[in-house]
Amino acid sequence: MKRNPSNHPASPAPESTQANRAATVRERTSHRAATVRERTNRAATVRERSRDRTIAIFTATSRQNRHPAPWYALLVAIVFSLTSTRAAAQIAVRGEIVHTMAGDAISNGVVVVESGKISAVGPADRVRIPQGFPVLTAKVVTPGLIDAHATVGLTGIYNQKQDQDQLERSTAMQPDLRAVDAFNIHDPLVKWVRDFGVTTVHTGHAPGELISGQTMVVKTWGNTVEAATLVPTAMVACTLASSARKGGDKSPGTRAKMMAMLRGKLIAAREYQRKRIEAEDRATQDSSAETDVPADPARDLKMDVLARVLAGELPLLITAQRAQDIANALRLAREFEFRLVLDGAAESYLLIDEIKAAKVPVIVHPLMARYFGELKNASFETPAKLRAAGIPVCTQSGFEDYVPKTRVVLFETAIAAANGLTFEQALSAMTIDPARLLKVDDRVGSLEVGKDGDLALYDGDPFEYTSHCVGVVINGEVVNAEPR
Amino acid sequence: LFFPERRIDPVQSRARKEADQPSRDCKGADKTKTRAPKQPGQPSRDCKGAEPKQSRVRKPGALTPVPHHSGAHLPRVEITSVRAPRESLRFLTGAALFALALGPAPFGRAEPIAFENARLIPVDAPEIESGVLLIEDGKIVAVGPAADVGIPPGARRIDASGKTIMPGLVCTHSHLGGIGGADGSAPIQPDVRVSDSINIRAPGFRRAVAGGLTTLNLMPGSGHLLSGQTIYVKLRDAGTIEEAAIRNPDGSIAGGLKMANGTNSMRAAPFPGTRGKSAALVREQFIKAREYQAKCERFADDPEKRPARDLGLECLAEALSGKRVIHHHTHRHDDIMTVLRLQREFGFRVVLHHVSEGWRVAEEIAAAGAPCSVILVDSPGGKLEAANLIFETGGVLERAGVLTAYHTDDWITDSRVFLRMAALGVRAGMSREGALASVTLAGAKMLDLEERIGSLTPGKDADFAILSGDPFSVYTKIEQTWVEGNQVFDRADPNDRLYAVGGYGAGEEAKPYLCCAEHAEGGQ
Repeated sequence: MKRNPSNHPASPAPESTQANRAATVRERTSHRAATVRERTNRAATVRERSRDRTIAIFTATSRQNRHPAPWYALLVAIVFSLTSTRAAAQIAVRGEIVHTMAGDAISNGVVVVESGKISAVGPADRVRIPQGFPVLTAKVVTPGLIDAHATVGLTGIYNQKQDQDQLERSTAMQPDLRAVDAFNIHDPLVKWVRDFGVTTVHTGHAPGELISGQTMVVKTWGNTVEAATLVPTAMVACTLASSARKGGDKSPGTRAKMMAMLRGKLIAAREYQRKRIEAEDRATQDSSAETDVPADPARDLKMDVLARVLAGELPLLITAQRAQDIANALRLAREFEFRLVLDGAAESYLLIDEIKAAKVPVIVHPLMARYFGELKNASFETPAKLRAAGIPVCTQSGFEDYVPKTRVVLFETAIAAANGLTFEQALSAMTIDPARLLKVDDRVGSLEVGKDGDLALYDGDPFEYTSHCVGVVINGEVVNAEPR
Repeated sequence: LFFPERRIDPVQSRARKEADQPSRDCKGADKTKTRAPKQPGQPSRDCKGAEPKQSRVRKPGALTPVPHHSGAHLPRVEITSVRAPRESLRFLTGAALFALALGPAPFGRAEPIAFENARLIPVDAPEIESGVLLIEDGKIVAVGPAADVGIPPGARRIDASGKTIMPGLVCTHSHLGGIGGADGSAPIQPDVRVSDSINIRAPGFRRAVAGGLTTLNLMPGSGHLLSGQTIYVKLRDAGTIEEAAIRNPDGSIAGGLKMANGTNSMRAAPFPGTRGKSAALVREQFIKAREYQAKCERFADDPEKRPARDLGLECLAEALSGKRVIHHHTHRHDDIMTVLRLQREFGFRVVLHHVSEGWRVAEEIAAAGAPCSVILVDSPGGKLEAANLIFETGGVLERAGVLTAYHTDDWITDSRVFLRMAALGVRAGMSREGALASVTLAGAKMLDLEERIGSLTPGKDADFAILSGDPFSVYTKIEQTWVEGNQVFDRADPNDRLYAVGGYGAGEEAKPYLCCAEHAEGGQ
């Protein structure tokens, strides 16, 4: 009987040949996938290079536009960018305590932001505030908060059909649904969370379908989604929970069926990926062929996305609450060797060893979520327990299909801070830790020179119920100064 | 000497309770010979039923009151004494013998207990930096600085240095216990009693005591114009709903009546489709009840002409007479005004619940003398009528002079963090004093229980919570909760701690049946 080597991470890989082969295939696949994509994209003049964390989709689209924008539009854009830079992007922030999340907190610290980026951080006696810079002062200064998992912007405030874009119920698996096509930056709830200090959210399709769609990383400030996006496709959202179960004769109707469907889809994606690589190889070898010969098989948006998952490029964000479902997610990740991020994970405290061995990060459910159904055994102490075991932990506002339509990651994290996490650990679970998890730590998550000027200001311990967020700065621009 | 062991054999503890049933709380019964309907929150009308045969003075312009005596005609929960099950009796005997052997302190509750060196928040009096709370026989005996409180020689003394003691929290609006009131057959169902639907052993109640709650108004949902009768309970170590129930002086189970307007109760026929229709249906019912009530009174002695007994109309008549407070779900400012309009027309006593847009009509609410029980959720929206919910509402109402409380609406928010809601009220401008009262005494007033609970006041029930620090700090833990002199929660006990923080085994399957919130059913 063959043993799956990944079931025995501690054993000296008895099936090492197979394991090596798997690794090689994966590496090659990853490389090839990238090549295929590059070629396809070239043909389509659309570059979807999410790794670059650019918003190439949008620029590409406008490049495709046959009718160039009128000259005055360009002029308006230039004038706007100049004024906004001059007016807003330079600022200095002083704090009695500045939590940089890159080293120790600084007493009486200063952060200087120039042209939207942090240009200096340090104690007030060592950092010179350039002449003419407006200065904001607060008791406590932190990096702008990052909500590691939300649906804000897709789940509108009114909870009416027309403002709910987080779930498409027509079929169970739709990895091709992009968050950028659904995110409404002007929804009042985006402002709601922003005013409490949340400057970046990982948002997108919600738990509720087996594969409900893509997620994105976006700032909470900007006039368009294009202006605010950091990562257009961050993860692919999957649900291994009863909310993805369908009734009657619809699939999936059981846990086992969910797993069977996911396996089937991932195997199909692997096959698709292999065929496209082969087609690419044929095209390369046959130099006489036209460069625009369509690849075989035809491009399939769903498969494209899952191929990126299999290539290790996009993580699967699997929402699983019960231990049994978490174990299923871990098993699937072993079988297909994709990057897994666990979401919710209410009973993860029962599987600490397994999660740790799999090196899987966890975005713990909102701690004030309702402890019913699959969350019935949820615990305020889960973040502390996971963190104590060395598992990367982030907090989140999560998905709510009723009231409150969004939670606030600051409030949820406060409960973690009061139940076992230290202040620094709790703060990092909504700043630098999610920045790393989402691979945007070169831009946000800590107060360091060169990073975006995103800051949150408080008049006391940010976690205290009676403290206020007294200022929010995004890209050096003060986006709220009303105490909240 | 007696040591209050936690979670003693429930049967035994029950036996102890039964052996020690406090006399019905009827102080001042004679002062209620005649009483006009009043808004909750006004001076107590406690024990109004102690003299059941009295007639009531009508409020000017109000309606014919219902005579409370005509037993056959009035809904009365028949249980006036809790019958001890056989095994309880056995334990009762055992406990009595044990107590006799011990000598002068027959039962734990009878022994005076002094909590010393605690910071005391009486709510109805200024905070005491370091003082003594003395309880005996399930009641508060004394509250004050050590110099002012004489501790009896036989008292158990508990050093509560560094702790804060405040009254047990009162939640005026809770759906714990897997409640289910009216069903989908009709929009107005006053004959339905939520007390018939409660699983008092549900884990939610353990979480509630972990949050420092001691008194709840358990209500059916808001998917109806009128979804049934509510029940006021104490979070005693109860095995049946009867044991948890708070009794009116006449022995009946205390409770109000749940009504709603706005979008939750607007559905396909026979439910109303518009706000105008909603109000029309309610008006129609109350007029019917008024006529029923009048006939009952007129033909009280004429069984031939007396109308056939109608439990629903009986209940509405109780609301019209002021005996039963209407707890009215209402969010939008225009819906709030509709409730006040109907209140003026029919003279019922009403507590406005949720009141998300109360900030828009605070003056009008204050003028009507209507108390408000506010919910504060972490963001506005989730449904249209809550789109303008703001954290400032509690403070705005308080400043307008409205009696203001908060409620958990559990399962909408978690009872364990009930204090957080008042703290967020403070964050948004409510006074600290007002916020402390909003989760204690204000709620007690809305349930007509302010003479029994809601503050640390001598003579009131010994319902209190012992906290590790300031009530409004996120870092503060509720360490113990006591109901009527019995400890019902102890964070140091792993069994209790499980419910305080959650974890495997603390689980609960039963969601409330709200009959409207289809969104709420989705859940993740």
